[in-house]
Amino acid sequence: MPLSAYLSLAAVLFSIGLFGVITRRNTVGILLGVELMLNAVNINFVAFSRFHGTALGMIFTLFAICITVAEIALGLALVILLFRMRRTSTADHIDWLKG
Amino acid sequence: MNPVTLAILALLLPAGAFLLIGVLAPLRRSGRPAAFLSIAAVATSLAAAIRTWQLASGSVEPIRAAWNWLPGANGPLATVGVLIDPQSSLMLILVTLVATLVQIYSLEYLHDEPPAAFGRYYAYHSLFVFSMMGVVLSPNLLQLFVCWELVGVCSYLLIGFWYRKPEAARAALKAFWTTKAGDVGLLIGIVLLYRLAGTWDILELEHMVKGGTLATAGLGVITFCLYLGAMGKSAQFPLHVWLPDAMEGPTPVSALIHAATMVTAGVYLLVRTEFLFHQTPQVLLLVGWIGGITALLAAIMACVQTDIKKVLAYSTVSQLGYMMTAVGAGFAGAGFLHLLTHGVFKALLFLGAGAVIHAVHSNEMHDMGGLFKRMPQVATVFIIGTLSLAGVPAFAGFISKEEVLGATLAGGLTGPFVMLLTGAFLTAFYMSKVVFLVFFAAPAAPGHAHGHTHDDGHHGHHGDPPFLMAGPLWILAIAAIVIGVYSTFFHHAEPEFASPGWLTPVAVAMGLAGIVGAYLTYQTRTISADTLASVFAPIRVAAVNKFWLDDLYLFIYRHILLAFARLIGWTDRYIVDGVLNVISAWTLDGGDALRRIQTGRVGDYIFAVAAGLLVLMLWMRGTL
Repeated sequence: MPLSAYLSLAAVLFSIGLFGVITRRNTVGILLGVELMLNAVNINFVAFSRFHGTALGMIFTLFAICITVAEIALGLALVILLFRMRRTSTADHIDWLKG
Repeated sequence: MNPVTLAILALLLPAGAFLLIGVLAPLRRSGRPAAFLSIAAVATSLAAAIRTWQLASGSVEPIRAAWNWLPGANGPLATVGVLIDPQSSLMLILVTLVATLVQIYSLEYLHDEPPAAFGRYYAYHSLFVFSMMGVVLSPNLLQLFVCWELVGVCSYLLIGFWYRKPEAARAALKAFWTTKAGDVGLLIGIVLLYRLAGTWDILELEHMVKGGTLATAGLGVITFCLYLGAMGKSAQFPLHVWLPDAMEGPTPVSALIHAATMVTAGVYLLVRTEFLFHQTPQVLLLVGWIGGITALLAAIMACVQTDIKKVLAYSTVSQLGYMMTAVGAGFAGAGFLHLLTHGVFKALLFLGAGAVIHAVHSNEMHDMGGLFKRMPQVATVFIIGTLSLAGVPAFAGFISKEEVLGATLAGGLTGPFVMLLTGAFLTAFYMSKVVFLVFFAAPAAPGHAHGHTHDDGHHGHHGDPPFLMAGPLWILAIAAIVIGVYSTFFHHAEPEFASPGWLTPVAVAMGLAGIVGAYLTYQTRTISADTLASVFAPIRVAAVNKFWLDDLYLFIYRHILLAFARLIGWTDRYIVDGVLNVISAWTLDGGDALRRIQTGRVGDYIFAVAAGLLVLMLWMRGTL
C-alpha cells in the first residue's frame, strides 16, 4: 500500500474529528473529536516511521498516546466541574467569552 | 562709592526688602516691622539716589554698566545693567523721594488695616519701587520692558489692595487690561527695533542714529508701537480710561503710582528714545496732537467730577497730556521737566486729598466744606499744590508749564497749543473749585458727612492729621515752593527754543482767570453753577459720560469681542471637536459591530482557527 493511502486515511480521520469538535454540542463529544484528531496525527507518525525505516515516529506516538490519556482525564475533570457549576454540559451554553 | 555701585544699591535694597517681606511669612503678617524694613530700604535708596545724582551731574558722559544676560553667537543678545545720566538720576530721586514719603504716610493712613494686609501692602510697595527704578535706570529696552511689566503688576496689585471690594477688583483688572493693550504694542515695537538695529541698547541706538547708520525705513512703525506702550501706561486718550478707575486703590497708592511715578513711565520712555522719534516726524506729530486732545478732554472731565480723587485723576491724565505734547513738539526736555515738578505737586495734592478723606470718611466733595478751620495745615499744603498745578509764578508748576507751552508753540503745534492753553484755564478752574468747595465753602449739612465711608474706616479725626501724615505733606509742599522759587527767580537755563514774549503773561492770566472764575462760582456764588452747567450743557453731558469711551469699549467688548469669541467657541465645539467626535463615534460603532463576532462558543473559535489554518496552508502552497 502506498504512503498516500495512510495519509489520506489520517486526513479523513482528522477532518471527521475536527467536524465533530466544531459541530458537537456535548462537551464529551467534543473531547471524542479531539481524540480522533490526535489519533489521525498518530497514524501519520507511524506511517512515516514505517516508510522511512526509523523507529523515531513510533516512539513519539507512544508518548502521544500517554499524553492523550492524561489530557482526556483532565478534560473529563473539567467537564465534571463545569457541570457542577453550570448544571449543563452543553458547549453552546458555555459562552463566558462572549463579547 | 562710584555711581554704578550706588545706583545698584538703590535698585537692590527695595528688591531685598520685597523678597524678605514676601518670603518670610511671619515678618509679613507682623505688619509694622515689615513696614519699617520697607521704609528703611527705600529711604536708603533715596540717599543713594541723591548721591548718584550728584556724581552723575558732574560727569559729561552718561555712565553705563552692563552685564551679559542672554548669550548669543555674535555677542550677547541682551544685557542688564544701569545707565546713569542726569535724566535717569533725577527721575531716580523723584521715585525714591515720593516712595519714601508715601510709605511713611501710609503708616498712619492705613493703620487700621490688619497686620497681614499691612505687610502685604509694603511688600507690593517695595516691589514697585524696585521695578520703577529698574525702568528708570535701564540701559536697554528689553530690561526696560521687563521692569515696565513689573510696575504694571504692582499697579494691579495695589489698585486691587482692597480686593474684597468689587469695584476695586474690577478697577485693578481694567487698569491691567488697558495698559496691557498698549504693552503689546511696546513689545512688538522693541522686537521690530531689534530686527532693524540689532541692538536694544539705548546708547548704541543713539550712536547709530547720530552716525546715520540706522535705516529709517520701517522706523515709523517702530516708534508708533513704542508710543502705543507709552499711551497705555501714561493714560493718553483713548487709553486713559483706566486711570480714573484706578482711584479705587488706597490714596497713597494713587499718589505714588497713579500720579508721580508709574504713569509718567510712558513719558520717560519717550524722553529716553527721543532720538528715534525725531527720525519719524509723523509719529511725533501724532504724539503732540494726542497729547493736546488728552490734556483738554481730561481737563473738561475733571471739571464735572464730584469725587475729589477723580478730579485729581483726570488732572493727572490732563497733565500727562501736557508732557506728551511737549515731547511731540520735539522738546522732550520740557516734557521731562514738567514730569518732575508734576510728580512733586501731584503727589502732594493726592496725599492732601487723602488726609481730607481720612478725616471726613468720604470721597465726595459735597460731604466736605469749610475744612480750612478744622485742618489748616492740610488746607495750606493743598493750596500750595493747587497753585503749583495752576501754574502760578513762584510755584513748582509755573516754569515747567511755561516750558511745555513754549515748546509746543516752537514745535509748530498750534492746534495742540490752543488746547493746552484752554486746558490751563480749566486746570486752574477745577483745582480752585476743589479748594473752595472743600476748604472754604459753607460746610455740608449735618448728618451728611458720615453718610459714605469710602476709603477707610478710621474714626474720630477732626483736625490736622498726625505727624506721620503731616510730615510728608510739608516736605512735598516745601519742595514745590523751593523748586518754584528757584526756577522762577534764580535759574535761567539756556532755552532750547525761543518763546514769544506774550506767552508768559497769557498763560499766567489763563491760570488766574480760572482761579477767579472758580472763586466767583463756588465761593461767592456770583455766577450760578447751574447756569454754567446749562450754558455748557452739551459739553457737560459728554464729560459726565466720559465722552462715551467706556460705553464704546463695553460695546466693543460685548458685541464684537464676545461675538467673535462665541464664533470661535462654536467652531471649536462643533467643527474641530465635531470631527473628532465623529471619528470616535465611528470607532465605537465599529467596535460594537466587531464585538458581535465574539460569540463565546468554543466551537466557533475552533472553526475560526481551523479555517485560518487552512487558508494559511493554501497560501503557503501558492494556490491562493
